[in-house]
Amino acid sequence: MELFWLLGIPLAGGVFLALWGCRRNAPEINALFSFLTLAVASLLTARIVESGPMVVGDGWFFIDSFNVFLVALTALVAFTTALFSRPYMRIEQEHGRLNAARLRLYHASYQIFIGAMLLALTTNNMGILWVAMEAATLATVLLVSLYRTPASLEAAWKYFILCGVGIALALFGTILLYFAAEKVLGPGGTALLWTHLNGVKAQLEPTVLSLAFVFLLVGYGTKVGLAPLHSWLPDAHAEGPTPVSAVLSGLLLNVALYAVMRSKVLVDGALGTDMAGSLMMGFGLLSVVLAAFLIKRQTDVKRMFAYSSIEHMGLITFAFGMGGAVANFAGLLHMTMHSLTKSAIFFAVGHATQKAGTQLMDDIRGLIRTNPTLGWGLMLGTIAILGVPPFGVFASEFLIITTAMHEHPWATPFLLLALGVAFAAIFGKVQPMVFGETGLPRLPHQPAQTPVFLHLGLVLMLGLFIPPYLAAWYRQAAHLLGG
Amino acid sequence: MMALAFHLQVVNLLAALLLLISFAMLSQRRVVGLVTLFAWQGAALAVSTAIVAGTTGQYHLYYSAALTFGLKVIAMPWYFYRLVRKLDVNRVVEPLINIPTTMLIGILLVIFAFNLALPISEMSGTVTRSTLGIAIACVLLAFLMMITRTKAIPQVIGFLSMENGLFFAATSATYGMPLVVELGVALDVLVGVFVLGIFIFQIRETFDSLDLKHMEKLKEK
Amino acid sequence: MSTGILLQAAQTLLAILLAPLLMGWVNQCRAWLQGRSAPSIVQPYRALRKLFHKDAVLAHDASPLFRFAPYMVFASMALAAGIVPTLANDLPFSPAADVIALVGIFALARVFLALAAMDIGTAFGTLGARREMLVSFLAEPALLMVFFTASLISQSTALPVIVATLAHKAFAIHPSLAFAAVAFWMISLAENARIPVDNPTTHLELTMIHEAMVLEYSARHLALIEWATAVKLFTYSALGIALFVPWGIAAQGDVAALPLALAAMVAKLAAGGAALSLLEAVSAKVRLFRVPEFLGTAFLLAVLGMLIHFLLEA
Repeated sequence: MELFWLLGIPLAGGVFLALWGCRRNAPEINALFSFLTLAVASLLTARIVESGPMVVGDGWFFIDSFNVFLVALTALVAFTTALFSRPYMRIEQEHGRLNAARLRLYHASYQIFIGAMLLALTTNNMGILWVAMEAATLATVLLVSLYRTPASLEAAWKYFILCGVGIALALFGTILLYFAAEKVLGPGGTALLWTHLNGVKAQLEPTVLSLAFVFLLVGYGTKVGLAPLHSWLPDAHAEGPTPVSAVLSGLLLNVALYAVMRSKVLVDGALGTDMAGSLMMGFGLLSVVLAAFLIKRQTDVKRMFAYSSIEHMGLITFAFGMGGAVANFAGLLHMTMHSLTKSAIFFAVGHATQKAGTQLMDDIRGLIRTNPTLGWGLMLGTIAILGVPPFGVFASEFLIITTAMHEHPWATPFLLLALGVAFAAIFGKVQPMVFGETGLPRLPHQPAQTPVFLHLGLVLMLGLFIPPYLAAWYRQAAHLLGG
Repeated sequence: MMALAFHLQVVNLLAALLLLISFAMLSQRRVVGLVTLFAWQGAALAVSTAIVAGTTGQYHLYYSAALTFGLKVIAMPWYFYRLVRKLDVNRVVEPLINIPTTMLIGILLVIFAFNLALPISEMSGTVTRSTLGIAIACVLLAFLMMITRTKAIPQVIGFLSMENGLFFAATSATYGMPLVVELGVALDVLVGVFVLGIFIFQIRETFDSLDLKHMEKLKEK
Repeated sequence: MSTGILLQAAQTLLAILLAPLLMGWVNQCRAWLQGRSAPSIVQPYRALRKLFHKDAVLAHDASPLFRFAPYMVFASMALAAGIVPTLANDLPFSPAADVIALVGIFALARVFLALAAMDIGTAFGTLGARREMLVSFLAEPALLMVFFTASLISQSTALPVIVATLAHKAFAIHPSLAFAAVAFWMISLAENARIPVDNPTTHLELTMIHEAMVLEYSARHLALIEWATAVKLFTYSALGIALFVPWGIAAQGDVAALPLALAAMVAKLAAGGAALSLLEAVSAKVRLFRVPEFLGTAFLLAVLGMLIHFLLEA
């Protein structure tokens, strides 16, 4: 029942906001719908924690502790982003960068996007998963090009074409999966249900499945932002409105990785080798290293943090690739930390760029003077994402690296090097932005601080202390991933 | 070798035709020609799906065939024709790589696709399994077309033609995906084309051209 | 055996003698399609007779090769006409060459013609030879690919076997053969210097290929070359018919089937000639730098045909 509401609310929200248009309190209504989604997601989470995995709606939906954790995370970040976008988009409108019609598009697409992601997370059908992923892409294409500047149009076009190609490869992977499944489960709708597939995974044809996994990994991997198909990601993040960057980075990448993980579980079962894991480790490591070195060369603040997202998604992919209870646990933890921290950073960066009127880091200076809370928010967020203790990112990165040392010592130097490079580059660039000299006046609007500090507070808390029930929950989810 | 029933021979012929159309698209310089070829590709796909549906008793394939026909033979080409006329972009455009070279690369892709398909089709139990290689080849050729084109509409048509290839792959390997999935995919494609229509107008408004060469600002320095 | 030799001689002679008639038929059809009053169908014969009665003029610098080449070209074409089955299959000459050697015979004629064109050292001759070589360099591999596709189906490169296999088995759609047929058609256009690759009726220096090579020839030499050209067209048509629509051809030693075979052949040739003239009437000559593209497409089709054979029909 919760599930019905979980998917129904964003959908209804999208339709309603499309009709409601640009009247005065559309942003508040957007936030309200997101809050309702969050409330339902919490109820659902409580239910799953209490009574274990469940299959709903004739087997069409399946919820276990792995995806319910992502559902909760998605609903939370969606809600805080909606809170953040409320003042942010108002200011954009005042600056004349957006008009009422585009704001209507923004609000409606936002809800549809959240709905599509939640559908992708909760569906049991690998085909519907694909459909929902594609729907999520389509919902965001027009959001990336919301400003209609040449650069944003280019970014959106790249986003559409590259992700379109990627997702087409994933469709082929899905077809192959169905092909293998049909032999065991018989034709018809049930052969793509993940729970059914999971039950018979040992009987699935290994060659077909390994081929399917390659396509699925490359396909969904494009959306995760794995190198070498990552080039849409920095553009889309830099040119879209900041709330969109926040949800892309914080949520969409996770959902795409979720799709890869669901496939990996099946393939591991069918193959009995670690082929899938090795592939993921390879792509992950490549992304981490490549992104770290590209971070150094960035001048645009949103672009830089977009590369940082590639780096962290690579790290998470690497962790899941290693497999095993600890690595999966660390991967899940890092997923949470990254989502929360990165969206908090984008919130802070959004206000900072809005104030400075530019995204070039050289032109943003002295945030600590013009708006102390914002300055501290950005600084703390940066410190958190760089993995400085006591923030939670440290804990998860530490776990990942120690596991890597233990199981794949050859990879550790690369990881450490990349993390070091990224640390030096990001810290060196953010520091003057926060503490540098500036002549700018204070900000007229009070920015939305709650989301930033709420996220950072959560990250800090999880770094210091993971509540036992949460840890148990993570462990359970890690186990589902083959721990 | 002679055991193939007549309708299967027709399916094979249509498959060969699909491949031929893919190549023709690669070599087509005009946008309108491209749209026409795309419509023909859709038609070949719809007919072959309908034949497979009729001969194997997979009646849900009739819906897919009808869907393909409605969307890809009537609605989308009509929309593209309108777009091309409205935007007046039907000129001869040289692709990025010259056409004979593209063709040679295309042949290599076909060989690769056939090799890729061989082990899979051997495992398949469908009567149409041998066409799987052609389906994969169509996907790869469409991919190649997307790479070699610098204009917005040809890239989109390449994307859609890739979808055609995937659809054909699903039909030949497994008699199509479950109906719900197919409907979902069709819906996505429809929405995608709609979004792109808006998008193409935006590009046109901003750049005063549909040439994607204007869109090369965002590069790593 | 003796009927075989008799038949062989008859077939070869028939091909050589009928060739100008085919040329005349094509020209006539084209004239009709273009709305001109058509020349007589026997016009090529008259032209040949006229040329044979003239005195030959040779350039000062012409070497013996120049004089020798027309005979060589004509002989090659006559040999090819003898090998390709037109009326009856599996005649005594057939084992002399399989399809690959047939390509070689055509190449031999071409090499002599090109050498002769360059021999006298005029600009046009060299230009024509160069263009001819460009066309043939692209057309030959494509032609071989077509033959390979056809021989894959019948498991043999010998023409009689290919023809017999295709003529006598149950009807089946061969997508590969359809591809090969289109490719063959395109190659024939190029090899026979027809539109869209070359225009047989023009002497425009910028565009001509074949005519540029024979510009210095006169009288009986020119007559032989023109005749050889006609035989070449005839042979290519017969080859196309034998490979792709062989129905009606008489089997070995089946004398009773000969009248029917003759009728079938004439009908098919007439239809082919009409189609050729129709194509020439509706299409324009492509610019020279587009010719590689045209032939590249033919090559592509032939290769695709072969690949599709492996995938769908093997």
